[in-house]
Amino acid sequence: MTHSGSSLPDLPNSTSTSGPMSEIRSPPPDRVLEIVLENVLHFLTCRRDRNAASLVCRSWYRAEALTRSDLFIGNCYAVSPHRATSRFRRVKSLTVKGKPRFADFDLLPLNWGANFSPWGSALADSYPWLEKLHLKRMSLTDDDLDLIARSFPSFKELVLVCCEGFGIAGIASIAANCRLLRVLDLVESVVEVADEDEEVMDWISCFPEGETHLESLMFECVDCPVNFEALEGLVARSPFLKKLRLNRFVSIPQLYRLMHRAPQLTHIGTGSFCASDDVAVGDQEPDYASAFAACKSLVCLSGFRDILPDYLPAIYPACANLTSLNLSYADVNADQLKPVILQCHKLQTLWVLDSICDEGLQAVAATCKDLRELRVFPVNTREEVEGPVSEVGLEVISQGCRKLQSILFFCQRMTNAAVIAMSKNCPDLVVFRLCIIGRYRPDPETQEPMDDGFGAIVMNCKKLTRLAVSGLLTDQAFRYIGMYGKLVRTLSVAFAGDSDQGLKYVLEGCPNLQKLEIRDSPFGDAALRSGLHHFYNMRFLWMSSCKLTRQACQEIARTLPHLALEVIDSQEDKADDHIEILYMYRSLDRPRNDAPKCVTILQ
Amino acid sequence: MDAADIKNLKATELRLGLPGTHLEENNVISEEKSSSSLTPVLNNNKRPLQLPADEETSPANKDSGSKCSNKNSDDDAAPPPSKAKIVGWPPIRSYRKNSLQEQSEAAGGIYVKVSMDGAPYLRKIDLKVYGGYPQLLKALENMFKLTIGEYSEKEGYKGSDYAPTYEDKDGDWMLVGDVPWDMFVTSCKRLRIMKGSEARGLGCAV
Repeated sequence: MTHSGSSLPDLPNSTSTSGPMSEIRSPPPDRVLEIVLENVLHFLTCRRDRNAASLVCRSWYRAEALTRSDLFIGNCYAVSPHRATSRFRRVKSLTVKGKPRFADFDLLPLNWGANFSPWGSALADSYPWLEKLHLKRMSLTDDDLDLIARSFPSFKELVLVCCEGFGIAGIASIAANCRLLRVLDLVESVVEVADEDEEVMDWISCFPEGETHLESLMFECVDCPVNFEALEGLVARSPFLKKLRLNRFVSIPQLYRLMHRAPQLTHIGTGSFCASDDVAVGDQEPDYASAFAACKSLVCLSGFRDILPDYLPAIYPACANLTSLNLSYADVNADQLKPVILQCHKLQTLWVLDSICDEGLQAVAATCKDLRELRVFPVNTREEVEGPVSEVGLEVISQGCRKLQSILFFCQRMTNAAVIAMSKNCPDLVVFRLCIIGRYRPDPETQEPMDDGFGAIVMNCKKLTRLAVSGLLTDQAFRYIGMYGKLVRTLSVAFAGDSDQGLKYVLEGCPNLQKLEIRDSPFGDAALRSGLHHFYNMRFLWMSSCKLTRQACQEIARTLPHLALEVIDSQEDKADDHIEILYMYRSLDRPRNDAPKCVTILQ
Repeated sequence: MDAADIKNLKATELRLGLPGTHLEENNVISEEKSSSSLTPVLNNNKRPLQLPADEETSPANKDSGSKCSNKNSDDDAAPPPSKAKIVGWPPIRSYRKNSLQEQSEAAGGIYVKVSMDGAPYLRKIDLKVYGGYPQLLKALENMFKLTIGEYSEKEGYKGSDYAPTYEDKDGDWMLVGDVPWDMFVTSCKRLRIMKGSEARGLGCAV
């Protein structure tokens, strides 16, 4: 296409009209459509929509690849970093997930993998404009963090969830070098801190002087003392700070000071919620409630890592506005909880310990009519006869909290009747995770297996996408799941089922299944084979201490070339043929080369 | 499956410990207690044997594996779980488990909360740090800037407005000094420095 003094040919969507507009160049016809497409695709933010759009035709694929700025990698080994960066050229925000969830429960060997380094180098080369990085269950070193800190001048957001391998030095590098940092969220990660004799690096002091851009700072899991003076100074010069989650080394009088410095906070992790040792008895203690009254925008409270329940009333001024309360590290009983919870009318998310007992749950049910998510964690994790919460608490919650969408409930006893009641009272349930701590435990009232309870959940909760089962379960439970759990994407099974048929029901019946994790259940090779038609649609399959043989896994590896089957065995010679762990996932690239010795990758 | 079957199962079940030990005794007790729960699982109140946690995380517990095959080979009954700690069960993140444990005992210390009547807040002390009652009382005196005085069996802490008391494992409030030090350290759940008549009352009641 050339310019000339004369008027340009009439093109639809041409930017020029006629005459002396020849300086404006019209794009070639085929490119015009692509430019339109790119502009339209800009409005597509959901990755599932983008995936669909990319399948329409080549030009849509190209346009989509150029315009995707948020890249989500659900399994770091499903694609190589190179493949990802080659296809998507303009990524500003990246999420990568690594280890399978059962790694959280020590079922995966140390040094299994999920190393960030190869991703780090690829990102530094391909996306110098990177702004956000979210990692979950990845292993990253101080050097990796240093690379991140130095490679991306526009870097704004770092979120590390359940990660490990790094220490204070890495965090300090991020603080010191990322001048535009808005978010630094370290959540439930294992951070190497110095031994007692060594000096702990003061990473808070590494933030540069002057006003910061910080909006969120979460360091609850950084388990070492912080320089409080520096922290207070940092908070004072961070006018945009909305979310602050402290670690257990911050005492309540220190929290008080911070809250008065930052009354604009919306999310607070309170730290220890306990007096520090060096406060002398004669000293006047500040009015802690005043701090909670001053933070008028407070909607989310967590922390309480070392709580002295006598201090709990300090949060009363905030209760009426709270939408999220996490007391899951606070050993409080029903009487201590009640005066708090009875004021929390707007609560939507509540995490607690079972120390509150069924009575505490009753109080929750009576007040929190808007509750969407409930998690009840156990104080005592031994397999006992009785526990502080039971079917009574579950039923009461189901009656009071009709809008419940997500529940995680640990208990020592549960009845089918209570689970059935919940399935009927809470039709909006999307996530139902029940953990009866005593394995193989039947319904204590009827001695029946828990099949009917879970059956009712899949039958009645039509929006259910995530399910975790427990208690005594026969193949019948899985038959129900296969029949009714059509939207289920994530299923967790432990110590359940009778035979291969159980797993067959699920693999044949659940078309949306993406994540399946099974441990200690009697499912074998025949069951595994019944899923061949579906494995490419799944993010992963985990089976440990089941009845799988190496031969069967080998067969499947040969049948489905884009499937990586990792067989993990801790010992060489064994009594039987069964493998310990199978971790299977789809992968577009060659098997990884960073696996430890106990891992064999079958092809 | 009825109670008789369960009893028979119990007789043949594999267990850690010699036969005829007090495990049998506990079975009787637990049957009385949990009349409605008749499963083999709930066969005694004893705490499961706590095996030392492995430093190297092992992928799967051998016990679980063998239990799995036991289940399928013969019985139609649920196998009794091994008393050994099952790796990764219940499914609670180690991060959470460790944090809760920290609260109860930090690095082998025995931390108890100390409150004083009239003071709006509490303190925490590590009982392991003190060799005996005199040191503990001295520390409390320094901490709270008061005089507690000396303990006498008959009259408690006469001559002082304050009496150090503690809540024991059974939930009873006792005067500090009533039991031998070692017994105190293991049974003390929390301390409270009572003031005034209440303190004197307690002292006399002992």
